[in-house]
Amino acid sequence: MSYVTGLRCRECGAETPVAPLHVCETCFGPLEVVYDYAAVRRVLTRELIESRPRNLWRYRELLPIDGEPQVGLHSGMTPLVRADRLAAALGVDELWVKDDSVNHPTFSYKDRVVSVAISKAMEFGFDTVSCASTGNLANSVSAHAARAGLHCYIFIPDDLEQGKVIGSTIYGPRAIAVRGNYDDVNRLCSEVADKYGWAFVNINVRPYYTEGAKTYGFEVAEQLGWTLPQHIVVPTAGGTILPKVAKAFQELQTLGLVRGDFKIYSAQAAGCAPVVQALHKKTDLISPVKPQTIAKSIAIGNPADGFYVLKAVRESGGWGEAVTDREIVDGIRLLARTEGIFTEPAGGTTVAVTKKLIDQGRIPRNESIVISVTGNGYKTLEAVLDTVEQPYRIPARLSDFDALYAQLTEHERAATAG
Amino acid sequence: MVQVRVPTPLRKYTGGSGAVEADGSTVAALVNDLDRRYPGLKDRICDESGQVRRFVNIFVNGEDIRFLQQLDTALEAGDELSIVPAIAGGR
Repeated sequence: MSYVTGLRCRECGAETPVAPLHVCETCFGPLEVVYDYAAVRRVLTRELIESRPRNLWRYRELLPIDGEPQVGLHSGMTPLVRADRLAAALGVDELWVKDDSVNHPTFSYKDRVVSVAISKAMEFGFDTVSCASTGNLANSVSAHAARAGLHCYIFIPDDLEQGKVIGSTIYGPRAIAVRGNYDDVNRLCSEVADKYGWAFVNINVRPYYTEGAKTYGFEVAEQLGWTLPQHIVVPTAGGTILPKVAKAFQELQTLGLVRGDFKIYSAQAAGCAPVVQALHKKTDLISPVKPQTIAKSIAIGNPADGFYVLKAVRESGGWGEAVTDREIVDGIRLLARTEGIFTEPAGGTTVAVTKKLIDQGRIPRNESIVISVTGNGYKTLEAVLDTVEQPYRIPARLSDFDALYAQLTEHERAATAG
Repeated sequence: MVQVRVPTPLRKYTGGSGAVEADGSTVAALVNDLDRRYPGLKDRICDESGQVRRFVNIFVNGEDIRFLQQLDTALEAGDELSIVPAIAGGR
């Protein structure tokens, strides 16, 4: 059964029954799912959650579906890794990495939101699902649609990396490459969604889709032993995940399931930082920008939910920072070399911003910190191609390896001595 | 005349039509003309202070007017103007 009572506009408060709708008819504000928390509180306990299968549906009372989940039965419950070597490198005591680079089945946090969106779309009776995306979202929608046996159309910009394109087309969707950038694709899709009556996961099913992002926060809290992290750094693109992680923590507080309180921080690339700029200028007005960064998965110059990122960050007492492409690549390498986790540029951004916030004294060194890794580096090899060392090429002869080894150890001795 | 694309939530003002025509030398003038033809439309697009609502985006020939001259953006006959509810990504 569902504990959802309806949809409510986040701007003007107008209420409307559950339907495939995403904007308020009165003011165009975004609609959000409303739950009966008193009823949830009567049934939901830590023990009940812990007794369930290790996937994102273990929090189903706080997710907006009525019946049994249709997809995502293996999504979520990704590792929360205690990152002591990265902690040492950043000079802090307690650091964790929530690692959605290994989410099932398409290696990003999008498997959470899409699991919920497609389950809900099937409840509404849609037979076709769709999305506007540059990669991770299209990958996830394509895979989940294949698994559910639904028709699928994905809309992508026509200049994407091959890995992101093939990572969708392998699942057999109709893939449409649109001449233009992501914001152009998004605008076209809002008009296509209007006309064709499909379930666009990030448009008309959006209120349900975004609720799936809460499971990232629920898991962090559960994996920390039902305690909130004192500080959590989250990347910001369109503005979905950060406010929903904050909402997840607040819901757990409302339900009396967790201890502690949190501050939340927004991470953006300097080449596309409209939300961080607004934070720094202490304004509610987010000026759109034309993105220029290697962090393509978070390069949204016109973030519709950016206002709610500002709100969540400010209410928690957090902050935000932006980092250069160089710092982003350094962040990717640092995480790989200290913790053995290979993330995409969005994750490198979050690592680099965490370092910056610690160096600035915004995040104290002796409190618990979570870094949100939301995507996988194997999809975006181009981002680090020019900066990683190439292998040494030798013939298959022991004498050649002996010579190389001597040379390498000589370098190391010289480096140590120097 | 300027071609105007109207999103679903506003079509109750345009008799269900998703594409209408209106006149105006700037976006602001066009919005006023739209409101004369389809009373009530302006209130949905602009807030009490006359500014475009936070969750409404207006595009002229595919370009966001926030990158142009906002409501003062000039229009010519044959231009295409789209009114689009803001939608967040998910990339």
